[in-house]
Amino acid sequence: VTLCVVLLLPSLSFLVPSADVISTVEFNQTGDLLATGDRGGRVVIFQREPEDKGGREELGDAGEYNVYSTFQSHEPDFDYLKSLEIEEKINKIRWLPQQNAAHFLLSTNGEQNKTIKLWKVSERDRKPEGYNLKDEEGRLKDISTVTSLQVPVLKPADLMVEVRPRRVFANGHTYHVNSISVNSDGETYLSADDLRINMWHLAITDRSFNIVDIKPANMEDLTEVITASEFHPQHCHLFVYSSSKGTLRLCDMRASALCDKHSKIFEEPEDPGNRSFFSEIISSVSDVKFSHSGRYLLTRDYLTTKVWDLNMEKGPIETYQVHDYLRSKLCSLYENDCIFDKFECVWNSTDSVIMTGTYNSFFRMFDREAGRGVTLEAWRESSKPRAVLRTRRVYTGGRRRRGDVGVDSLDFTKKILHMAWHPAENIIAIATTNNLYIFQDRVHPENQ
Amino acid sequence: MFSKGTKRKFSDDGGEMSDESLGGANVSSSYNLQRQSLLDMSLIKLQLCHMLVEPNLCRSVLIANTVRQIQEEMTHDGSWQAVTEAFCNGSQSPSERLVATEVLCRSREQDAEPKLFSVISYEGCREEEVVADETLCSVSVGDAASNVCLSESVGHCWETGELRVVESDEETSEGSRLGPGDDDDDDDDDEDEVDEEEESSREDSKSMGQVFGTFEIKNGSSGPDSALEELFSDVDASYYDLDTMLTGIQSAPKMGPYDLLDSLAPSHGPPSLGSPSNCRSDLNELDHIMEIIVGS
Repeated sequence: VTLCVVLLLPSLSFLVPSADVISTVEFNQTGDLLATGDRGGRVVIFQREPEDKGGREELGDAGEYNVYSTFQSHEPDFDYLKSLEIEEKINKIRWLPQQNAAHFLLSTNGEQNKTIKLWKVSERDRKPEGYNLKDEEGRLKDISTVTSLQVPVLKPADLMVEVRPRRVFANGHTYHVNSISVNSDGETYLSADDLRINMWHLAITDRSFNIVDIKPANMEDLTEVITASEFHPQHCHLFVYSSSKGTLRLCDMRASALCDKHSKIFEEPEDPGNRSFFSEIISSVSDVKFSHSGRYLLTRDYLTTKVWDLNMEKGPIETYQVHDYLRSKLCSLYENDCIFDKFECVWNSTDSVIMTGTYNSFFRMFDREAGRGVTLEAWRESSKPRAVLRTRRVYTGGRRRRGDVGVDSLDFTKKILHMAWHPAENIIAIATTNNLYIFQDRVHPENQ
Repeated sequence: MFSKGTKRKFSDDGGEMSDESLGGANVSSSYNLQRQSLLDMSLIKLQLCHMLVEPNLCRSVLIANTVRQIQEEMTHDGSWQAVTEAFCNGSQSPSERLVATEVLCRSREQDAEPKLFSVISYEGCREEEVVADETLCSVSVGDAASNVCLSESVGHCWETGELRVVESDEETSEGSRLGPGDDDDDDDDDEDEVDEEEESSREDSKSMGQVFGTFEIKNGSSGPDSALEELFSDVDASYYDLDTMLTGIQSAPKMGPYDLLDSLAPSHGPPSLGSPSNCRSDLNELDHIMEIIVGS
């Protein structure tokens, strides 16, 4: 994969009104649909236009993502006690594997409701015409005018996308849901909050099965919370969850009903040389993802992203520094709360490249084979519609190159927390605070 | 906002302290200062957790753990000693200081071991007991040093074996203060707590005896200050009354040091030194903090 040659398709980036900060981005299993959720509880689904096989001159229109449907997942509520509008932020969206013409997705909001909803997204492109008793507008006909019988037929009509809530999984959580993960069995999924993980059956909404519970008897003893969780992509009995202390626990549901006891625990011993009061905070894992192969785990903590081999518990096999120049700024970042930012991390389709976000609208890609990383900026140069993204650099010493950005010039309000990688191609979706960018590698569009 | 974050290392403090010069003491004091301000910042964050648009249990737990870490380090690394020295080594000659303070400083230095600090139960925080030696020291210094303490911060209750430092929100006069045990956290300290309390009560009586003893001794010399004379005369009277003295010690003297603080407060006019009501309200605030963490 050549990391540097990534073209921007201008029509794919659009401005989301600033009130609606994007909070999650997810491709479906084929990559034809891309869903985004925002802080206002709105879901926007994009659909990829089919590639024109007719060999168009312009690479412009084919393969673009356009808005397919928009719906409100949760209504913003108001807390009268605190006089605050309760954020109905959508923490996670996960698509179900497609089984018929309709698409299904699960969405969660992290606030008061702590519920998960299953939505059915279906298309209607035909409508019946030729009713006997009703006319075209639906008004009842005068019976005396009906002289013959006809059979109504379905005629093509404008495409209409309907989204309907099919299930509401409520009352499963007392704390904010941070993860949902659909099982490979296609029938169950897990949802994780700060202290518990529940397993649900997609068809059953009135009960869930608690599989992990780390709530201490006395809440004053609480020192660790669950930060992310995911099912194994192939083994339906295995799942992993990460904690605020930087540990990963792999659990096997065959071992016991309540998986408080892990099968494997992955933990890197602390480096005594780097010890500080912030060591624990920066070790907190903000995201964990299985590789497509199911053999590796990718985790993100504040300063690094790490690859773990499921067969080796004592430490990661690869560690990539995302923004190590922030290590000396931890106190300031603690003061302005940036140290608590939760960045996501993603694999490419072949598990050869990993990607994660940082500040200043930058994001980082690491080529695992070469062991090298590159910094890119999520930004559109409006004068050049189809530009190659230049690599960026944060200046940390040595010879300063033109275009380098100093550490103190970084904009910490422009953080890239959410992103997704197309399951098969080199297309990435990057969410900045109020923009969604979709980049495609036009030189090597197919995975390698 | 700090222009530069500082990496804190456990090893730093030991290295610095080996340097006997004032410079060495200053560096470690600045470390303590930063540590203290980190602690203050963390406590404020905990208090304001409920005001976030998006309450976040993970963040609260991480901040609470940081507070605990700071507390443990402060207890274990003898920063107590360092602060004492920083103040008592200062440019002030002993004669400029209150006699009582010198006495207290001296009696403290005799005590080699840093007392273990019980992170827990606030019923354990016997705030009536002594004496802000350092507040006394700082009283004589007089000047409000760098106002690291943010006015909103919760008061700190430092519980040591023998001497208790009590500080209030309004305390602004020093740079580095010894910190707190704000977290109402009984987890692994339950066993320790029992031992500590036993020890501390034994040591209390011993130390109170020491303190009273030294007061006794000093009482002969001309009282520098009317307030102090008053104080000494109080103590003196009770000394002869064995019953009163014993009761006084056992009930974790609600009198002596308490009165000491009260009497000193008006005469030296600093913003109020630790008073029981302040500490109690601090306890309530601490409980409140824990409720916030639990409640979120």
